[in-house]
Amino acid sequence: MDNKILEIKNLKALVSETGEEILSGIDLEIGDGETHVIMGPNGGGKSTLVNVIAGRDSYEVSSGSIKFKSKNLLNMNIDERSREGIFLAFQYPSEIPGVRPWQFMKAAVDAKRKANGDPELSVREFSKIYDDNLKKININSDLMKRSLNEGFSGGEKKRNEVFQMMMLEPNLALLDETDSGLDVDALKAVGDAVNNLRDSKRSFLIVTHYQRLLDHIKPDFVHILINGKIAESGNSDLVKKIENDGYESFA
Amino acid sequence: MTSDNNSISRKTKLEDKDYKWGFTTDVETEVVPKGLSEEIINIISSKKSEPKWLLDWRLKAYKHWLAQDKKEGEPEWAMVDYPDINYQDIHYYAAPNLSDAPKSLEDVDPEMLEAFEKLGIPLEERAQLAGVAVDAVFDSVSVATTYEKQLKELGIIFCSFSEAVKNHPDLIEKYLGSVVPYSDNYFANLNSAVFSDGSFIYVPPGVRCPIELMTYFRINTADTGQFERTLIVADKDSYVSYLEGCTAPIRKSSQLHAAVVELVALENAEIKYSTLQNWYPGTKEGVGGVYNFVTKRGKCLGKGSKISWTQVETGSAITWKYPSVILQGDDSVGEFYSVALTNNRQQADTGTKMIHIGKNTRSNIVAKGISAGEGNNTYRGQVKVLPSAENAQNFTQCDSLLIGDKCGAHTVPYIEVKNPSAKLEHEASTSKVSDDQLFYLMQRGLDEEEAHHMIITGWSKEVFKELPFEFAVEAGQLLKVSLEGAVG
Ligand SMILES: Nc1ncnc2c1ncn2[C@@H]1O[C@H](COP(=O)(O)OP(=O)(O)OP(=O)(O)O)[C@@H](O)[C@H]1O
Ligand SMILES: [Mg+2]
Repeated sequence: MDNKILEIKNLKALVSETGEEILSGIDLEIGDGETHVIMGPNGGGKSTLVNVIAGRDSYEVSSGSIKFKSKNLLNMNIDERSREGIFLAFQYPSEIPGVRPWQFMKAAVDAKRKANGDPELSVREFSKIYDDNLKKININSDLMKRSLNEGFSGGEKKRNEVFQMMMLEPNLALLDETDSGLDVDALKAVGDAVNNLRDSKRSFLIVTHYQRLLDHIKPDFVHILINGKIAESGNSDLVKKIENDGYESFA
Repeated sequence: MTSDNNSISRKTKLEDKDYKWGFTTDVETEVVPKGLSEEIINIISSKKSEPKWLLDWRLKAYKHWLAQDKKEGEPEWAMVDYPDINYQDIHYYAAPNLSDAPKSLEDVDPEMLEAFEKLGIPLEERAQLAGVAVDAVFDSVSVATTYEKQLKELGIIFCSFSEAVKNHPDLIEKYLGSVVPYSDNYFANLNSAVFSDGSFIYVPPGVRCPIELMTYFRINTADTGQFERTLIVADKDSYVSYLEGCTAPIRKSSQLHAAVVELVALENAEIKYSTLQNWYPGTKEGVGGVYNFVTKRGKCLGKGSKISWTQVETGSAITWKYPSVILQGDDSVGEFYSVALTNNRQQADTGTKMIHIGKNTRSNIVAKGISAGEGNNTYRGQVKVLPSAENAQNFTQCDSLLIGDKCGAHTVPYIEVKNPSAKLEHEASTSKVSDDQLFYLMQRGLDEEEAHHMIITGWSKEVFKELPFEFAVEAGQLLKVSLEGAVG
């Protein structure tokens, strides 16, 4: 059966404070297990789109609908959406002084388990999963003794985002330029992490500027977002067209 | 956005949980008539079978207090507002009606034990498991003390103040008023005249107290002003850590609490004093609540001694409190770590004084204020370096965190340096919980309240890490409960 995990119809969104429209009618469907890539010029609205899906309230949805697992996403709080299975890897992750990554992840994993009616993990059970995932994504555990994201390098922050995704095992992962600022090894690690998580129950929406990520992750669909609209959709061939002609040919 | 509906319903839900420790117990209480006079002081002193010198000391204090003008005596300069206090309308003594002091827990009034249970202090279990000796003060008279024996073997004295007056009068006479003289300030002065009970600790030379000593204060009898008196003396080369935690039940009229705490550290001794203060803050509109006017001061009397104050203050309608250290011995160290939270109409005017007298004395101040709702938080810190204090050093850090836009935070440093070799550093910051941080945590599945809580406890970490572990966990819980309704 061909199930849609995410269905966006004619989505328009404004900046709440100013009323300025950023997204001007987006239609996008993502099927179970699919990987979609969004590319587009700076300021086109890519980050806005993933933030609106995650429920950020500095944006207001003025019309259209978003359905996630056939439920109306617009009725849900940010944290409810997360616990339903939406994960956003931030383009610019926040620093939280005094909060240890371990403590933060334990709280997040427990919150999700609680919402699903599962018991909290014991410290031992949790620590095992935590340490395994750290190893997989190759994060130095000394780094995780600091406050969350504080003093992390750009690449370390991105790895930490992917690590959190592995911990939370979302059904839909939104990756906002997670590949930007990564060295070749990190890029491969991120690619591997995504590929390992890919299965029939998990979908990805990946925002990127670079073809090189697609050497690691083969998308099912590629979309070009310009001026708050999807200008064109296709398969990986679209990426070559962008590399050759730039975005101007789509405008 | 659409999430508004959800946050409203959550807010209403939270309000039901307001002040979950609001209850009173029906233990029979022996109450001395309201009002203050020489006669009342005579009654208090004789009920406690005190020696004559102590009665005389009380009366001296009373005369000095009477001679002060009320308006001048009360701390009007602090940034707090409160209605006129009628000192003749207060009960100055209340004791649970027990003919004989209980010898063991079995002798303790079950209803009283139940009250402790509700406060989450099951004396018989949790305290012992946690290795904590509890000198529980119920209103004004200590009702149960655990671990007394074990401490006795080490020569440590940990008992109620009244017992200490009976059994160790020499120590009391030597140190009572040696740090906070009876004439010190209006409220300390009043306390000296009418103090009811409190804790006394003496740690002999060379002894490290192996457990955290702990007292819970609880204001119970309606309109009973609480006048606790605590004295801790750490003899040469000794160490003691003391925890003081408080919750009070809901009462309609405001309650005055004017305690005095004196700490004395002799040569190379160290005293760590931690406080968790969660008294009834009044309703959201600012009705009722405890007035907490307390004088806490330590004296580093000996060379190389150290005194640390750590406090997490979330309660009371009004807090007026400046735990201080007099750094008299050479090479002595004074520390102050504080998190003060004000929500709704709460007012807090807190801070510290570090008075450098000895050579090479050092002091360290980390003061954090969290303001939410219409709360008003003032940090008032004084660092004084006297001419004798060669090479004194102070580091002060004041941080304010604002939640919402109706609250206030003020920082008022007073610095007085009379020795040019002094090195003083001051850092201050004001921040808000950022939307980015909140969104980040909530995107990972934490609800709004939990996200706020995590950001705030993280921000308070420098202070929390100074607290003993179980206390730090409790402190985190307290912040959470105190902030309910402030976020969302
Ligand atoms: N909160 C906001 N307030 C004001 N303007 C905003 C806000 N968020 C986004 N915008 C504007 O909306 C447009 C789209 O921004 P967005 O961050 O979505 O672009 P993007 O496609 O992710 O760009 P980039 O490739 O540079 O990351 C930009 O012009 C941006 O300035
Ligand atoms: Mg972007």
